Amino acid sequence: MKNIILKAENISKQYRLGQVGMGSLSHDLNRWWHQVRGKEDPYLKIGDINDRSTKAESDYVWALQEINFEVERGEVLGIIGKNGAGKSTLLKILSRVTAPTTGSIKFGGRVASLLEVGTGFNGEMTGRENIYLNGAILGMTKKEIASKLDEIIEFSGCERYIDTPVKRYSSGMYVRLAFAVAAFLEPEILIIDEVLAVGDAEFQKKAIGKMQDISREGGRTVLFVSHNMAAIKQLCTKAIVLEYGSVVFEGNTSEGIDYYLQSNQYDGYVGTYINEAIEESGFISLAIVDKNGAIRTEFGYDELITIKIRVQVVEKHLNSHLSFRVLDKNERIIFTSEIKLISEIDKEGVYEFDVDLPQQFLVPNKFNLTFGMHVPNVELIDFLEECLSFEIVETGSDFHIYGSADYGCVFVNCNWNLIK
Amino acid sequence: MNQPEQTNTTWLFEITPKNKFFSLNLKEVWQYRDLLMLFVKRDVVTVYKQTVLGPLWYLIQPLFTSVTFTIVFNNLAGISTGNVPPFLFNLASITVWNYFSTCLSGTSNTFGNNAGIFGKVYFPRIIAPLTTVISNLVKLVIQLLIFLGFFVYFYKDGAAISFNKWTFFLPFVILIMGVLGLGLGMIISSMVTKYRDLMYLIGFGVQLLMYISGVFYPMSLIASKMPKYAWIIVYNPVAYIIETSRFMLLSVGELPFAGMAYTTIVTIIIFLVGVLLFNRTEKRFIDTV
Repeated sequence: MKNIILKAENISKQYRLGQVGMGSLSHDLNRWWHQVRGKEDPYLKIGDINDRSTKAESDYVWALQEINFEVERGEVLGIIGKNGAGKSTLLKILSRVTAPTTGSIKFGGRVASLLEVGTGFNGEMTGRENIYLNGAILGMTKKEIASKLDEIIEFSGCERYIDTPVKRYSSGMYVRLAFAVAAFLEPEILIIDEVLAVGDAEFQKKAIGKMQDISREGGRTVLFVSHNMAAIKQLCTKAIVLEYGSVVFEGNTSEGIDYYLQSNQYDGYVGTYINEAIEESGFISLAIVDKNGAIRTEFGYDELITIKIRVQVVEKHLNSHLSFRVLDKNERIIFTSEIKLISEIDKEGVYEFDVDLPQQFLVPNKFNLTFGMHVPNVELIDFLEECLSFEIVETGSDFHIYGSADYGCVFVNCNWNLIK
Repeated sequence: MNQPEQTNTTWLFEITPKNKFFSLNLKEVWQYRDLLMLFVKRDVVTVYKQTVLGPLWYLIQPLFTSVTFTIVFNNLAGISTGNVPPFLFNLASITVWNYFSTCLSGTSNTFGNNAGIFGKVYFPRIIAPLTTVISNLVKLVIQLLIFLGFFVYFYKDGAAISFNKWTFFLPFVILIMGVLGLGLGMIISSMVTKYRDLMYLIGFGVQLLMYISGVFYPMSLIASKMPKYAWIIVYNPVAYIIETSRFMLLSVGELPFAGMAYTTIVTIIIFLVGVLLFNRTEKRFIDTV
């Protein structure tokens, strides 16, 4: 028998685009007129799916469409999706900030939501006063807060400043204090939006650890939204993937992450290059593919990335070299790789190469690829500057606790020998 | 597994697109009473932080207004306040009026002012306007103490003022006033979330209301001087509140029993309408604010 603590049934959410003015007043009046006559809301029937890059056909848009899911007691559910997929809207509905247009959600326990840290903090009040205020806003009683006050202060590491108005705090201290209050919430269901993406590395580690404690030892149900795949992988026992306002995947966490990486390819990256109008020698097509041969631009840090190169070579260029170079988003050259064509082929024609990038090598970052075909120090035959791009996503490397801090370009396994 | 759905879960609550037609979830408000009190504390304590005079500002405003009113309306325009010193008459009226007007203007943009916090976390939304009403009450009590000081001063000076047995009912009048301000504020705040036109009305509307609420003249004055327009005052519940509290504080004029009964009924109706509209708005206002 399943012990279900949260059940979402057919949640949809419609938004109206454009500005509020005379136009929306006429819609409101029309809607009211339908309601008076006992008819259905005429604007519920229309509406586009929420793809912001295409031009809208109507003034209404469905941010969420028929979302169904269940969460069992003690489960940690990760909600994944790219920007605009409806994650925030879903969170807002779950935390009762706004109501769904249709559908319902049933809760079997007390809910607290953390859509931001430090909601309602008042700069004029001291740290201690703000702990009480923020705690109460999050649903704690004064008594509960008082019983945990010492722990909260200790966890925040702001003991010295606790009786100073928080407007004098550094932004880091502010966030620490705010997170500390939230960390000691004890609801049965906790809803969290990417609040971990705050504070310095040490504090992030502490925060993730605390979250794990909450879900594992506390046996509490957590709903967690994040772009940080590593955190999702580490914390969640189940995941749902949202795409254009619908649930497209529900199930195992690592499968969910794979699904997300495969389906939600960010439009900003270029996975292929094609130029069939090559006259002499040059690149005909280039592509970045995964282990199944599918073109992708986002990869987990431990996935196999293969670069497919199709190249045309004429007789006089048989002595040329093929090379490519990987640059990160700061234009740092990570490495260059090349082969001498003459050692592979002996006559003109069209050839295809598969180049496997080492796994667990590039650190999570955005990368560009530059390709070149040249005869060293003599002739540059073809040069394609940063024509492909891809991203390595943090899916649980040893360094994920440091967030987006810069710890280098590549992972290197050094031998650490204990001598003494 | 086609077993029947789980049976061991009792749902605590449910989120649905619409609220019940009328719901004032007092139990939930009670659960959040600590939050209410902390909000009140925040409002009271932080208003005059980083000022030199601090809470003295609570007193300066009504005193200066009373002096101004006395000079303009009593000395210059010659409005008679009977045997009661005009300054005390004005101070009593302004103290009471201030409570009503701050409640009304403070609650009338509840959703706009709290959009930031309402957009991030759930608590019964009515906590916010209740906070305004209660923290203004604290201010009112402080201002009444000042009134008491002047009362004693003028009394020793031989002015014909006194309390009476009805003075004990002042809390009731204050309650009516708070509820009326809250109700009106909730109605307005529900209407301004999407269409902000009303917000511009409220600013000067409250000022205009003061002139027709008998703040610096007794109700009887308008009946004798402009009988044609007396209905404006006769139908204005706020005017009865001011008149009644003045009677309770200074024994001036008469106690308008019928008027207070009318005011009480109007207040209850306005409050219920306010709760109804507030309920309809609170669920979705964040999309339109």
